[in-house]
Amino acid sequence: MILPVFLWSDLLIYTLIASVGLFLWQLRKNPQAKKRWSGVFASKVGMASFIVILFYILISLLDSMHYREPLPQLNGVEQQEVAYSSEVKSVLDIVLSPLHSSNESTYSAPFALHSFAKENMTDSNGAIYRDFPRLKNAGSHLKDVSERWWDVLWRSVLAILLGGLVAAVPIGLHKFYRNNSGKTASEVVPWNVAYKTLLMISVIGCWVLSLSEYYHILGTDKVGSDVLYQSIKAIRTGVLIGTLATLVTLPLAIILGISAGYFKGWVDDVVQYTYTTLSSIPGILLIAASVLLIDVYIETHAEQFNLTALRSDFKFLALCAILGLTSWTGLCRMLRAETLKVSQLDYVQAAHAFGVNHRRVIGKHILPNVTHLILIAIVLDFSMFVLAEAVLSYIGVGVDPDMHSWGNMINAARSELSRDPVVWWSVSAAFILMFTLVLAANLFSDEVRNAFDPNTVKGDS
Amino acid sequence: MLAYIIRRFLYAIPILIGVNILTFALFFMVNTPDQMARVQLGDKHITQQDINNWKAQRGYDKPLFINAEKQGLETLTQTIFFDKSIKLLAFDFGKSDEGRSIGGDIQERMWPSLAVQVPTFIIGILVNICFALIIVMFRASLFEFSALTFCVMLLSISAVFYILGGQFLFAKLWNLVPISGYLGGADALRFLILPIIIGVMAGIGAGTRMYRTIFIEEASRDYIRTARAKGVSELNLLFKHLLPNGMIPVLTGVVVVIPQLFMGSLLMESFFGIPGLGSYTLDAIQAQDFAVVRAMVFLGSVLYIIGLLLTDISYTLVDPRVKLS
Repeated sequence: MILPVFLWSDLLIYTLIASVGLFLWQLRKNPQAKKRWSGVFASKVGMASFIVILFYILISLLDSMHYREPLPQLNGVEQQEVAYSSEVKSVLDIVLSPLHSSNESTYSAPFALHSFAKENMTDSNGAIYRDFPRLKNAGSHLKDVSERWWDVLWRSVLAILLGGLVAAVPIGLHKFYRNNSGKTASEVVPWNVAYKTLLMISVIGCWVLSLSEYYHILGTDKVGSDVLYQSIKAIRTGVLIGTLATLVTLPLAIILGISAGYFKGWVDDVVQYTYTTLSSIPGILLIAASVLLIDVYIETHAEQFNLTALRSDFKFLALCAILGLTSWTGLCRMLRAETLKVSQLDYVQAAHAFGVNHRRVIGKHILPNVTHLILIAIVLDFSMFVLAEAVLSYIGVGVDPDMHSWGNMINAARSELSRDPVVWWSVSAAFILMFTLVLAANLFSDEVRNAFDPNTVKGDS
Repeated sequence: MLAYIIRRFLYAIPILIGVNILTFALFFMVNTPDQMARVQLGDKHITQQDINNWKAQRGYDKPLFINAEKQGLETLTQTIFFDKSIKLLAFDFGKSDEGRSIGGDIQERMWPSLAVQVPTFIIGILVNICFALIIVMFRASLFEFSALTFCVMLLSISAVFYILGGQFLFAKLWNLVPISGYLGGADALRFLILPIIIGVMAGIGAGTRMYRTIFIEEASRDYIRTARAKGVSELNLLFKHLLPNGMIPVLTGVVVVIPQLFMGSLLMESFFGIPGLGSYTLDAIQAQDFAVVRAMVFLGSVLYIIGLLLTDISYTLVDPRVKLS
């Protein structure tokens, strides 16, 4: 039997998904919010970027279900306790198992059959010569090296067809459902864009999965592990750091910002003082200092982190918390200013006159009128944190070096780019995956802003 | 006006004290000097004697707040808090853990940082304003849509990629400039040109979008409509009417970062090997030299507060309607 492992970040992400589900369920009752959200999804860009983000979240969710495999029993000896491997795997690893297990000895280019570096080899006569050795796990089914591109071509065609078929099932079902539900007349949702995005993701996914069984389609890195595997595993790190750090900023910014703007007086003074002090410290230095402290803590409490996964998970969570704690000031300032404005409005004054208590006034009259600021900040912060991870890992205060992350891949790229010939695939893989996620998040945040911000006039933006 | 500035200066003092206490708590109370010494010495087999030596060399062997062994005022001054924290308020940065004078290092390394940051900042603003004006000129057209999409793409790329890409293209592939390094004097230009170009490039996406929003808002005002109704040409309108008024929010927005140009850029300086304050900070972080990190934190917050003050003053200078009180 396998042993399920629940890392703290896994539990957090499950709770987060559950609460988002609950939030959406609640949203059904609120016609105004529903209208705003349908505005987001009525735009083609919003729809497409949402599906891309959803795909990323799905992958990171698959990667958040961890388990440990039992070790094989020794020589049939009956053991009372099953020993488990110290390697923590995730469900995603099952899907990507051909990638994970196919290690080479060092760098190799995408689709290469030979290694990147020459090695000493012995020919049939026993003489030693230097040449590029064949890769162990790339193109080993080929009889001759010259067949490679034909092989890639027909496998690609097959994979693309397969991808089309895979996407056709949900699309067909959804179309069928839409035709029968009879609401088509009033629909403004651009389903065709959704279908196209889904089709594209499915085709690319199938192509990647089926070809990666035979080739290293993004090459291998210095120690010979597959770059594609690394960059896909890094998705979880990127997505989680974005969501968790944003999640940390929210309660601080919302509670402090609204109470400062609402109660004024000394509360306002204290909050203003706190955020001016915090934001006056250069953010990256504050983060670096805190991460150094966490390092010292881990070093002095090594006995609590007996698994590598546990240690990197703890450091990762600490990093999210630190990122969040150092970047709530912007939203807090905006919420304070907006609350100051809103609490002067007539209906809030009227609520006071009727003797409504503070909690109710804030909950019923103030909070709903500042939600647009919060929503816009959530999506903007998300992409900011994903980008920040790369910079922090480069500086050496990011996630654990054992953890797969785009920042760590970029960090390695510095020496790779100065090699001759250039090792470009690792940094390109990180770039493509990161750029797609951040671009989707930025485009989505623009749509959210357009739909929720009362100041943007339609057509002007 | 003068009274206002003085009051703002007084307001800065509690903030600086707050920064001081916060960094002190981070560096000395969460982690004791003993733990710091252990990490710095790094060896598994260190004795208490080694740690004590390390602490004595750097002045970490005193009590945190109150020194009970001394008399009178010295009970307060002969402590780590006074030595390492209060002295910062008088800009006495002390010595780094390696034993060099931090104040001297800062003075020396500030110039390369400025040499990168100031041109990047000025050229960046000019380029962004030009692009924003062009976009505003062709507003509500396909050009605007594609330019804005391009901006979003530009700002979705991490700064690290701009640097890596720029170094690869300009220095490695085309051999136009050296990959990294720095020399003083006239030779500096050769080394500075690539960091400046990359710095400007990395800022275009966000900057252009922000200025466009400002200019678009300005373009919807009444005076613009009146001027257009009176037959002012579109170019005249843009440069004589819109630009001067749009510059108010632009200028007041950027003033806050001007003092921070001193701090240099961590990424740029470390990738290009420029011996400025950014790479100084980065080296200190990587060597876990807490004395330097603390000094840089303090310097950074002082500069930020000066920036806030300059912002307030600049409001009154460019917009006569604003009165400070």
